[in-house]
Amino acid sequence: MSELLKISGLHASIDADGAPKEILRGVDLVIPPGEVHAIMGPNGCGKSTLSYVLAGREDYEVTAGSALFKGEDLLAMEPEERAAAGIFLAFQTPVELPGVNNANFLRTAVNAVRRARNAPELDAVGFLKAVRAATKNLSMADDMLKRNVNVGFSGGEKKRNEVLQMTMLQPTLAILDETDSGLDVDALRIVAEGVQNLRSPDFSALVITHHQKLLDYLGPDRVHVMAKGRVIRSGGPELAKQINEEGYAAFLKEAA
Amino acid sequence: MPAVTETREQVEKLGKSSYEWGFETDIEMDVAPKGLNEDIIRLISTRKEEPEWMLEWRLAAYRSWLKMKEPTWAKVTHPPIDYQDVHYYAAPKKKDGPKSLEEVDPELLRTYEKLGIPLHEQAMLAGVEVPEGEEARLPVAVDAVFDSVSVATTFRKTLSEAGVIFCPISEAIRDYPDLVKQYIGSVVPVADNFYAALNSAVFTDGSFVFVPKGVRCPMELSTYFRINAKNTGQFERTLIIVEDGASVSYLEGCTAPMRDENQLHAAVVELVAMEDASIKYSTVQNWYPGDENGRGGIYNFVTKRGACRGARAKISWTQVETGSAITWKYPSCILQGEDSVGEFYSVAVTNNHQQADTGTKMIHLGRNSRSTIIAKTISAGKSDSTYRGQVKIMPRASGARNFTQCDSLLIGDQCGAHTVPYIESRNMTARVEHEATTSKISEDQMFYCRQRGLSQEDAVGLIVNGFCKEVLKELPMEFAVEAQKLLQISLEGSVG
Repeated sequence: MSELLKISGLHASIDADGAPKEILRGVDLVIPPGEVHAIMGPNGCGKSTLSYVLAGREDYEVTAGSALFKGEDLLAMEPEERAAAGIFLAFQTPVELPGVNNANFLRTAVNAVRRARNAPELDAVGFLKAVRAATKNLSMADDMLKRNVNVGFSGGEKKRNEVLQMTMLQPTLAILDETDSGLDVDALRIVAEGVQNLRSPDFSALVITHHQKLLDYLGPDRVHVMAKGRVIRSGGPELAKQINEEGYAAFLKEAA
Repeated sequence: MPAVTETREQVEKLGKSSYEWGFETDIEMDVAPKGLNEDIIRLISTRKEEPEWMLEWRLAAYRSWLKMKEPTWAKVTHPPIDYQDVHYYAAPKKKDGPKSLEEVDPELLRTYEKLGIPLHEQAMLAGVEVPEGEEARLPVAVDAVFDSVSVATTFRKTLSEAGVIFCPISEAIRDYPDLVKQYIGSVVPVADNFYAALNSAVFTDGSFVFVPKGVRCPMELSTYFRINAKNTGQFERTLIIVEDGASVSYLEGCTAPMRDENQLHAAVVELVAMEDASIKYSTVQNWYPGDENGRGGIYNFVTKRGACRGARAKISWTQVETGSAITWKYPSCILQGEDSVGEFYSVAVTNNHQQADTGTKMIHLGRNSRSTIIAKTISAGKSDSTYRGQVKIMPRASGARNFTQCDSLLIGDQCGAHTVPYIESRNMTARVEHEATTSKISEDQMFYCRQRGLSQEDAVGLIVNGFCKEVLKELPMEFAVEAQKLLQISLEGSVG
């Protein structure tokens, strides 16, 4: 299969004070298995909306187009079915869950996904072993597992926690929505290594970012430029370098 | 009389119902005619083989009840209750003590099975003699109350060796009349309120616990209440006396079959803690809440009160309230002793058309008495939930302290949550704190959980359990697990 994800002519809008506002206006995108693709584009071009629509957020209405994941109609699935199918979204702003223990949350999620994938559930010992190894790789303090999900976490801790969840949930397609934003140099390297560790023929990533730095670590196979709700240009890693040097102006003119 | 649909038919029709305790047990019953009058009270007293003083006490309660009116201050509404349309006594027909499980009414055993009571425990509940050593495996002593009678109490031997009395209150009235006479009605007087007076007149059974000086009760005590017969009111009475330096942990669980009509439950619980004594009273209340259209369900009007009579006495109430169509319940502490401690930890969940008005009263009389109130209210569907709490510091309670925290969680946009604190401090040195919050489960939280693979139900369960954590951790281990599941089941279908 050469297409893990195939998005064709995807249109989506959100309710803005009672009137639908179109944000995605015909997105076409293909991600083959084992590849890392980057999406870049000016603020408001629809990058985050695309990630939400792929993950199944209900606020958005898909008005046209399709998205096939492993050949299945992704848009017909519930968010948790998409997660089980292998889609993971690293949130730009991870959500706080007061009173919910981080380890417990993670174990519940891991086992829910494993159940759905017909894999045996992890018992407490097996889980602890796996999660300890993962936190160590991400240079996370042990007490982060004991704290409540994202409550009182610093920006960097939240992002690392996302990568921890991603590691444990073993997705086939990870969508990283500006996971690098607000990270210092060291945190960025740790997060990038966390993603790199997952790289395999069974792991693809769609990385939304504004910065060259993360892409330097990840070495994307393809770079896509989004503007006004569409992918207007696709190319190799050199595209990201060009944007870094020249900005989006030239691309926008081209698209207009 | 309202139409009655037989439970079994109903279950078949609905397929798998979310209230899995809604079965009815078909057992030969001895039922008193409907209605309430002095003759019925005499009948109850006779059936219970009670002494004359008990009958007099009941009749006095009945006479004061006649002069009382239903309280209307709670934020609950229901059609008028016809107190003459209720059976005040229903008991499984008495047979001589069974020698083995085979001799026990199989229907009764089936009931235990459905309730998840292990077989060897079932045998004990059914009153079958168990070989030596067998009973030591079980960590909890159980008293099961079926409609109006206590059907069985387990572990009595182990307990009596420790000096602890744990038996049906009807038995205590006969066997320990002096203890009962001294304490019954001493915390909740017969004319305390409308429902307490009604209970005092017609109570049919309940549990009695006495822990003598210096004894730590060797195991958890548990009472299991079930209303089974149609149109039966359950009026149980629990009395727990813990002497100086002694302690006990007591659990209470409740279920009822699903019925179209409302059933009445009016219990009274009295706790007495002497010097340095401690009582931990935990409840998981799961009476049938009615269907999603608000038909049926238990009216739960309960008076629970504990008195810390001695210095450093401690009473701790923990409750998880998920059932009943209407809950009217305020487990309270009268903190008479110096340095005595009162605690109230509560989770009240309402869904569909349930109404709950629940909270506590902490009455500080003793110097340096302290109380803590943590109340978590969760409303979903079209339900309405109210926390109503009173903290009263009396003039001689110097240095008294109270901390109250009330948190409400709303699910959906058709439910209500209300917090009504009454705070009265009559001593300048006292310190009273009240904190309250209201929040909703946000769409962001739901989406985040579901993106991680959790179903909507699991996500709500996780968030709700997180919200209630401070209370759930107060429950004994085995109850906490059950309570967590119950919270989730109660909120099924409330999101999405």
